[in-house]
Amino acid sequence: MDEFAALIDALVYTRSRNEKLRLIAEYLRATPDPDRGWALAALSDGLDFPAVKSSTIRNLMKDRIDPVLWSLSRDFVGDTAETASLLWPQKQMAPDQPPSPPSVSETVELLEAMNRKSAVTELPKLLDRLDPSGRYALLKLATGGMRIGVSSRLAKTAFAQAFEVSVDEVEEYWHGLAPPYPELFAWAAEGEDPPDIDNLPTFRPFMLAHPLEETVVDLSDYAAEWKWDGIRVQLVRAGDETRVYSRSGDDISATFPELLDMLPFPAVLDGELLVRGIVQGGEEGGAASFNALQQRLGRKTVSKKMLKEAPAFVRLYDALLVEGEDLRPCPWTKRRARLEALMERLPDSHFDISRIVEAKDFEHLAAIREGSRDDAIEGLMLKRKDSPYIAGRRVGYWYKWKRDPLLVDCVLMYAQRGSGKRSSFYSDYTFGCWDGDPDAGADLLPVGKAYSGFTDEELKKLDRHVRRNTVNRFGPVRETDKSLVFEVAFDSVHESKRHKSGLAMRFPRIHRIRWDKPPHEADRVEALRALVRD
Amino acid sequence: MSAPFSWIKPEPHGIYIPPADCWVDPSRAVGKALVTHGHADHARGGHGETVATPETLAIMELRYRTGAEDDAGETPHKAVPVEYGETIRLTGGVDATYIPAGHVLGSAQILLEHAGERVIVTGDYKRREDPTCPPFEVTPCDIFITEATFGLPLFTHPPIEDEMAKLLDRLAAHPDRCVLVGAYALGKAQRVIAELRRAGHRDPIYLHGAMEKMCRLYEEHGVDLGELRLVADYSKDDMRGAIVVCPPSALNDRWSRRLPDPITAMASGWMRVRQRARQRNVELPLVISDHADWGELTRTIKEVDAQENWITHGREDALLRWCQLHQRRARALALVGYDDEDD
Repeated sequence: MDEFAALIDALVYTRSRNEKLRLIAEYLRATPDPDRGWALAALSDGLDFPAVKSSTIRNLMKDRIDPVLWSLSRDFVGDTAETASLLWPQKQMAPDQPPSPPSVSETVELLEAMNRKSAVTELPKLLDRLDPSGRYALLKLATGGMRIGVSSRLAKTAFAQAFEVSVDEVEEYWHGLAPPYPELFAWAAEGEDPPDIDNLPTFRPFMLAHPLEETVVDLSDYAAEWKWDGIRVQLVRAGDETRVYSRSGDDISATFPELLDMLPFPAVLDGELLVRGIVQGGEEGGAASFNALQQRLGRKTVSKKMLKEAPAFVRLYDALLVEGEDLRPCPWTKRRARLEALMERLPDSHFDISRIVEAKDFEHLAAIREGSRDDAIEGLMLKRKDSPYIAGRRVGYWYKWKRDPLLVDCVLMYAQRGSGKRSSFYSDYTFGCWDGDPDAGADLLPVGKAYSGFTDEELKKLDRHVRRNTVNRFGPVRETDKSLVFEVAFDSVHESKRHKSGLAMRFPRIHRIRWDKPPHEADRVEALRALVRD
Repeated sequence: MSAPFSWIKPEPHGIYIPPADCWVDPSRAVGKALVTHGHADHARGGHGETVATPETLAIMELRYRTGAEDDAGETPHKAVPVEYGETIRLTGGVDATYIPAGHVLGSAQILLEHAGERVIVTGDYKRREDPTCPPFEVTPCDIFITEATFGLPLFTHPPIEDEMAKLLDRLAAHPDRCVLVGAYALGKAQRVIAELRRAGHRDPIYLHGAMEKMCRLYEEHGVDLGELRLVADYSKDDMRGAIVVCPPSALNDRWSRRLPDPITAMASGWMRVRQRARQRNVELPLVISDHADWGELTRTIKEVDAQENWITHGREDALLRWCQLHQRRARALALVGYDDEDD
């Protein structure tokens, strides 16, 4: 654990990407199996130990420190694991009893063996065997998500560099394997045969798009499709099993059981998961709003009622593999032709194809895009006709061309300190609109929360504004004097019972800070409500 | 007979002593100021009269040219030096005694006595050994006015020897680079240099131009800092394998481009928290502070054992809570203008 903790600390303090790659690669080469496999899992997808959650740590600390002192400390540090690692009472070892920090694999075994109840006594024993750095590494490992500036992709790239293999190949095998990845190390480090994943329903990394921004493309090279407002999914059938994966590669099959018996042949297909309805694109569009789909997300089991009221289907975009044939190196036109030909073998109860949007030229397409808001569609996709299907985002192949965001002027009401890089900065803002005429005494109602859209410089100014204009404190939250206006951008707004205003914005972000605008000139709630398209 | 302690009034801009008509560490210019130490948030320029230790007065003279003559050829500022252990009688029957605080060169706690009542204003202090100033002395009093910069239980400053070893190990591992240490220009920088010397580091240490005068002032007051060189006078190659000290503000500045591939370090108590180090783009955090950590703060409150503790700048909420848990009377003073971000 000492070496792993030292690696985590070094990564925390390293800015350079190359240096991070070097540090991880060096660790992976120098560390034995299975420790390095567990470490790789922790750095990439994260490990999950159901018995240890943030709340477990909080409860342990409650027995060891006054709760007020704990929460003041946690609020200052902005990270539960780090706060606990610093505040854990260091166990004094007898001189004849040298410290015995556990190895990474021993740590993983002990964590896996814990349940909610035993964690209360077992986790402290582990913490007692470590120093503050070790405790930090342990708690980060145990609660998943290291949040130390290392992405999953970076960890895989470091693995590829450590053993001089191709990172694309690593990606290809990755999702068919489980930590601590013995087959992967055997192949890359020991030169054994690559892992066999052909008969496993594994996830293949998605091809992603860049925002179009100022680029203008020639429609003789690019095809346009609607950008449907659902969730991107990958349907995989192999070895008589079908799975549904989300954009991040999570297996969400259990959430959408109606799709699992519908793919009659082995394939990997890319599409948008939607719920039947008439909001997006009207009768012809055939899809409900994202809001309707949202009711079905994140469920481990689905009721019959829900299956009936909000039936899901997949609007197909692309075909990656069909009956053993890898289509990914082929140009988009060829993959599209194969997909169109496949449609008659797929039940139209659960599949359709994302139709091509025809336009004379780019200007014409721009005019069509203008109308997409009324159709409640996110915008357009532009795909280069000769593009292969490549994992990740490559410049020049696929573009997303979202419709322009909606804008509304809101007043800053509450601010909360951020975490991670922004700990100690008031960086999460709750803002509101007027519930009537502000000059006639109307109040502000919170309508949303945003923590992006501003620069680091602006963040410093906002932090200062919050500190100087605080009228009330509620733990980590400060109420401000409601003197600052934000121009908030958002993709859409929906009815919601969760908020007092009855509205919820989709992807709100700070578009401009209106230091100049008096708060009574901000928008009213009814102006926002008029933008609902459910 | 007036009410107890009515002769001492915490105001937003400092602590005011009505019978003597003077202020302790006022954050704006006043007629007469008692100053605990030379940091800018305690020692402002522009006072009519300043009562402080000779070292603090020298620091203020350097920073604010308080000894400058005006157009008439007179020195409008009156500097009143008080040695450690010396008591000075102010007007209105108030006595002020300057006692070492162990914070930086010249730093003092000020013991104020009036009508048999004793109040101590600590300014800033620490309880660790520091080769650049005499150690904090525990002095009994009725009201103890303490700082709380690191007033959270997570702050435990490690032994400075460990931090020096970390710095020297990193330096030895990269003979082609330099280690650039960001350290507050008054106090921290000189303490780091003196501690490096104590750890056996004899090589020349390079200084950012803004540090030179303060280092010279320390040397004039008998603190040996070894061979110091100015970055501006040397080439990149000269500084390979060397330690360079600069103010924290210069760490990520264009200035550092003249250095040979610097490893960015910062000497500060805040470095205990990883995200604080990351926000500063620090690669080598050195947990070194001239303020008392949580253990020192609580130990000092216990040892001084005053009837009442007043807590000034910093994380007063947590220290207040501690006092409450330990049945000690305490209140927080809301003083403005104190700044702890660089320590």
